[in-house]
Amino acid sequence: MEAEAARPDRRAERAAARRRRDRRGFAIAAASTVLVIGGLTALILTSSGWPAVRETFFNATVFKESFPDVAKAFWLDIRVFLIVEVAVLALGLLVALIRTSRAAAMFPLRLLAILYADIFRGIPTILLVYLIGFGIPALANSDAEGSSTLSWLPTEPVVLGAIALTLSYGAYVSEVYRAGLRSVHPGQRDAALAIGLTERQAMRHVVIPQAVRNVGPPLLNDFISLQKDVALIAIIGVTGEAFQVAQIMASTDFNYTPLLCAAVLYMAVTIPLARMLDRWDRGRVR
Amino acid sequence: MSGTPVIAIEGVTKAFGDRGVLRGIDLEIAEHEAVAVIGASGSGKSTLLRCVDLLIEIDDGDILLDGEVITDPAADPVAVRRRLGFVFQAYNLFPHLNVIDNVTLGITRAHGLGREDAREAARATLARFGLEGREEESPSNLSGGQQQRVAIARAFATRPRAMLLDEVTSALDPELVGEVLRAVRDLKQEGVTMLIATHEMGFAREVADKVGFLHEGRLVEVGPPEQVLEDPRDPETQRFLRRLLEAGRA
Repeated sequence: MEAEAARPDRRAERAAARRRRDRRGFAIAAASTVLVIGGLTALILTSSGWPAVRETFFNATVFKESFPDVAKAFWLDIRVFLIVEVAVLALGLLVALIRTSRAAAMFPLRLLAILYADIFRGIPTILLVYLIGFGIPALANSDAEGSSTLSWLPTEPVVLGAIALTLSYGAYVSEVYRAGLRSVHPGQRDAALAIGLTERQAMRHVVIPQAVRNVGPPLLNDFISLQKDVALIAIIGVTGEAFQVAQIMASTDFNYTPLLCAAVLYMAVTIPLARMLDRWDRGRVR
Repeated sequence: MSGTPVIAIEGVTKAFGDRGVLRGIDLEIAEHEAVAVIGASGSGKSTLLRCVDLLIEIDDGDILLDGEVITDPAADPVAVRRRLGFVFQAYNLFPHLNVIDNVTLGITRAHGLGREDAREAARATLARFGLEGREEESPSNLSGGQQQRVAIARAFATRPRAMLLDEVTSALDPELVGEVLRAVRDLKQEGVTMLIATHEMGFAREVADKVGFLHEGRLVEVGPPEQVLEDPRDPETQRFLRRLLEAGRA
């Protein structure tokens, strides 16, 4: 009894020490945040150019006036994004499956898939949008007699823009899928074959579901970039797209605030996606 | 032993590169018989089992299932695998499916049963291996012993002609070995034909009708367990068993 009473209460001591450590950490974090953020803000607000910037980029009246129109135009961005995303997921998986197949008959397709992934990842997306946006309509142009063998090609800028984005992102996403397919342990395929599945069934029911699950976070990361790159279709004359609408407004009254509206709208989609990605990644590590 | 053996392995060789893993294996497994293959790691036990299930292509020789050559290069491996059950050392359960779907996947997709019939069959098979009530759980929530029992149920649910068990207790913590061995003993009592690769000498002695000692790709000794394990004639078998005894595993 006496010996026990004499023993210092280690549990309480450790808890107290931990609380002291936590409090100090919090104080340091708060102080350094105020210092850094405050310093940067002060630097910007006291600069000689700030009043002009505030007027042309952060004009509250212009923001309020232009926001509804830009937001309406942003709906087109969202629709293009969703359609392209579905197409990208399908194309990327198809290319990845072709590249990982081992059948001899697939050789020419495999070669095409490799060429596709290499070439389309090698071209800047903006260039691809230009090339397809202006190149395809030129191909579809009729000759002097008014006929063209390729007249069935699409000439609608928004369709062409969507195709260019699909081709560009499909190449990236095929590589993501390929990494996913490789990440599934070979024992899974063995087990699938051992229960009597065919190679194709093993892929469909065992390997692909796990591959897709393994690459969820990197896929979501590519969604985020795609969502922003939808703005690129403005350069081939797609009208009614958020960036393009904002740009026209900005150039008519020499005030760039509408562009800020567009920026806010893009962030409203991409930041929640990024948070989702973080949570997903954390959940996987567990 | 009369009649056609369920599995007949005839002069099978297999090399990976220039490393000969199987160097001429002959072995027969009769109906209702359990044959255990023992041997050091790397002696070719797993390779032999994987060859029988056509997960690996053999180089020479033939393997027969119910008297029919299954290693004919023109034969369809899928149809053969549907008649065999394989249990892996590392369970290889499908982590994206729950317990019952692990079992029904093969029954529905490979054997064409309807969903409800498959679920009923799977539930019954899981229950006999002590897994009732775990059907909807994810395999990752189960202990190693339970996972391996799910794997046994998955392989056995379609009543294969023979079960191939590849070191089914080697990945388990010692206290979980017993429950898996009990499941295998159960299969034996039912008269399931089995080819077992194992490290568990006591288990081989108890369950196997015949034990083969595999050394450097050859079955150097095949016979009844009491003879091979207690009175081995081959010097390599003697050395192997002595080493196990010293390590306290026999």
